[in-house]
Amino acid sequence: MNTPVSTSAEGMAGFFSRIGRPRSGQSVLVTLASSAAAVVLAMLIGGLVLLVTGKDPVEAFSKMVSSGTQPYKLAEAVQRATPLIIAAVAVAIGFKMNLFNIGVEGQFLMGMFWAGVAGAYVELPPVLHVTFCLLIGIIAGAIWAGIAGLLRVKRGVNEVIATIMLNSIALALIDWLFNDFFRYENPGNLDVRTKPLPTSAWMPTLFTVTSKTDGGGSVSTDVTSFVLIALLVVVAFWLLIYKSQFGFRLRASGGNAVAARTAGISSNRMILTAMLLSGGVAGLAGLPALLGTTHSYGPTRPDGYGFNGIAVALLGRNHPAGIIISALLWGFLDATAGPLQIAKIPQSIILVIKAIILITVVIVNEVVNRKMAKRTADRTAAQLAAPVAVTA
Amino acid sequence: MGNETLAVQLAGIEKRFPGVIANHDVNLNVRARTIHAIVGENGAGKSTLMKTLYGMHQPEAGTISVFDQPITFRSPSDAIAAGIGMVHQHFMLADNLTVLENIVLGAEPVAGGVIKYDDARRTLQAIMAQSGTHVDLEANVSDLGVGQRQRVEILKVLFRGAKILILDEPTAVLVPQEVEELFGNLRRLVADGATIIFISHKLDEVLTVSDDITVIRAGTTVAEVKPADVTRGQLAELMVGSELPSPHGRTTEVGTEVQLEVKSLTVTGPGHKPLVDDVSFVIRRGEVLGVAGVEGNGQFELCEAILGQVKPSAGSVHIGGADVTGASAHDRLVNGLSYIPFDRHREGLLLEFPLWENTLLGRDANPEFLKGPFIDGAATRADCRDIIEQFDVRTPSEVVPAYALSGGNQQKLLVGRELSSDPQVLIAAHPTRGVDIGAQAAIWDKLRVARDQGLAVLLISADLEELIGLSDNIVVMFDGRINARLTPGDATPELLGTYMTGGLQEVAS
Repeated sequence: MNTPVSTSAEGMAGFFSRIGRPRSGQSVLVTLASSAAAVVLAMLIGGLVLLVTGKDPVEAFSKMVSSGTQPYKLAEAVQRATPLIIAAVAVAIGFKMNLFNIGVEGQFLMGMFWAGVAGAYVELPPVLHVTFCLLIGIIAGAIWAGIAGLLRVKRGVNEVIATIMLNSIALALIDWLFNDFFRYENPGNLDVRTKPLPTSAWMPTLFTVTSKTDGGGSVSTDVTSFVLIALLVVVAFWLLIYKSQFGFRLRASGGNAVAARTAGISSNRMILTAMLLSGGVAGLAGLPALLGTTHSYGPTRPDGYGFNGIAVALLGRNHPAGIIISALLWGFLDATAGPLQIAKIPQSIILVIKAIILITVVIVNEVVNRKMAKRTADRTAAQLAAPVAVTA
Repeated sequence: MGNETLAVQLAGIEKRFPGVIANHDVNLNVRARTIHAIVGENGAGKSTLMKTLYGMHQPEAGTISVFDQPITFRSPSDAIAAGIGMVHQHFMLADNLTVLENIVLGAEPVAGGVIKYDDARRTLQAIMAQSGTHVDLEANVSDLGVGQRQRVEILKVLFRGAKILILDEPTAVLVPQEVEELFGNLRRLVADGATIIFISHKLDEVLTVSDDITVIRAGTTVAEVKPADVTRGQLAELMVGSELPSPHGRTTEVGTEVQLEVKSLTVTGPGHKPLVDDVSFVIRRGEVLGVAGVEGNGQFELCEAILGQVKPSAGSVHIGGADVTGASAHDRLVNGLSYIPFDRHREGLLLEFPLWENTLLGRDANPEFLKGPFIDGAATRADCRDIIEQFDVRTPSEVVPAYALSGGNQQKLLVGRELSSDPQVLIAAHPTRGVDIGAQAAIWDKLRVARDQGLAVLLISADLEELIGLSDNIVVMFDGRINARLTPGDATPELLGTYMTGGLQEVAS
């Protein structure tokens, strides 16, 4: 038997996957309500923080709502939610197998970088070119996550530690590759980038939302068609994990590795497959930006998708619909940061609220899980006892 | 009992949990300065009763009296104040503290914020001298064996001034010599004026040590007897409420075709000697081969090797005549092997998953449950409903999570799952452990039917009655080897016990 050495970090992954997993038998309503309660609680605590620092929380929240609900800001929320949906699905796949993939950050950067580099050096017709870039992103992300999977399976290295390390390695590796090999010489332009993608690899804008400003001008947001791919990823995730035989085996293995192994499901194979899948999806998270807006990779790359993806997956409780709703909330909060800044309210309050949401969702979910487990057990016992006359 | 003082009296105790009655009309009269045993099956309500007596929950009805004083316990501290102490089955000690520190923990004699260890030590030495329970107070608990830890637990309770000691299955963790020592200590405590309430389901021990016995069955006290007035068999019948369901009797013949053959199987553990050592046997169509043995003598590893979960270092496994030594666990299961595991929670169930996903586990390759790459939910749920009906699993529906079922029903579901894949060979490890008598009879019945239809069964059990009753042949495992082969006709529990402890080595056949 080649059982991996148990570490406390493994316990952490177990804890996170547990809170990210509503008990079966728990109604959708309860799940929704508990997540909503966590968000409301976080807003209250965030308000308290504002109050303590001498800012008016009512003003701050009304500013968030009034600016955030403008059509172009709502569109921005969707635009910002797109990579988060994908990153959260990547994290959720790991959680379903009881794996904590903290390395989505590194995986999405690898996917973005290689898709940007490879896509710029091939010539393909429009749709094929985009598909090519997507595939490169998936493969690069999967390979990067696969390293952690192999280390876990072959050497018992905990995936939490391996993926954290791989994040740093990814950053260093990409910087070196970029500086020494793939920097695109563009005289007269100070913005250093990789060679731009030909237009055949660009994802078109799906729609543009314009709002009038107070000054009489107008502001607008382009929503990239990549949001459709994000939705496709969610649907595929749902079908694969909840409906397919493979998904059943993955969830079984994640739910009770020993029982799954006893039933003939190789947990090593499941760990490796889950990491590859998770990394493959993660590899897509950087592509809305690459294919939709920047069209080349540069040091001004997006960051934080991986970590925000973990938050979104937890808040959405690894459920497809939950992930979409949570990602939109995260996108909304991010979109209001600018207007807050303009209103002289520190935009770091957004960070504070997001952080508190994370903590409260962990606590609220755990409490609700326990209560619901007890209630389900009691109710089952009661349903069974009902037909038998209970004599006092 | 006349006018003797009763240390504890419970009258008409009723304790309900939502929807079920755990205890009703419980009456208990514990005479002072006696050892009073409470016996009952698993799930009969012994623990609920003890929790009531220790103030861990409050009964809905009934009265508790301690030394003839009616009393209400709102929490264990009330019970401790009334002189009741509980020695838990699972020790609650801090490993990194010394014995002395553990004993005073929570009841420290302090002066000005400083613990008066010297006072505590003096008190304890007096208690130890009086009760004959000796432990090195300065030793680290982590260095102590199980028997000594139990003594620490007892001292903890005595240190808090308990006059009435509740011991919950105290012998479950002890080896025979330690059991003797414990009983000696208990008798001495009683001689010094203590009263002992002793919870157990080991009838021989109960008959040896106790002065009175109260039998609890299905949540209520059904009899109070003296050890001298009952036989072991009568006591067992009181416990189960009817004549013991016997696993005996078969009308069909054992087949000739060998279904499972294990040849010179050896499994090496980490480092030292083999866990399974040169084990060989055959099981034919319709035959039950029982494996007796004290747990940890290689039975688990033997099963793992047959299942393909561990690689044997030598020997071979044949199922239905085919050598499967190199086959994967999955291939073996698909090719007619089934397994009722040692630990249903660890190895058998997905506790958080609904029942229908639990019955799918290990059978998901069956095209009946698939629609292309997807699970056919309707077919799978229908199949689960069939299992629930056939195996009498008490559940409101197939969508409740497995953790919501009682142990017996979980086990019936598991047995149903394993038998529903039409196996040729079944490994049944403790198939009725921890289940109530009704479920036990049902499981025996199903196993017997499957056997009569040609199933070859490897039965591992600690329940010697089950083993003798169901098996066509019995082997005893000791220290990784088979050290005896018997027929159920020759096997008595006493003889098996001797082989199981290695006290007797059959001449190698």
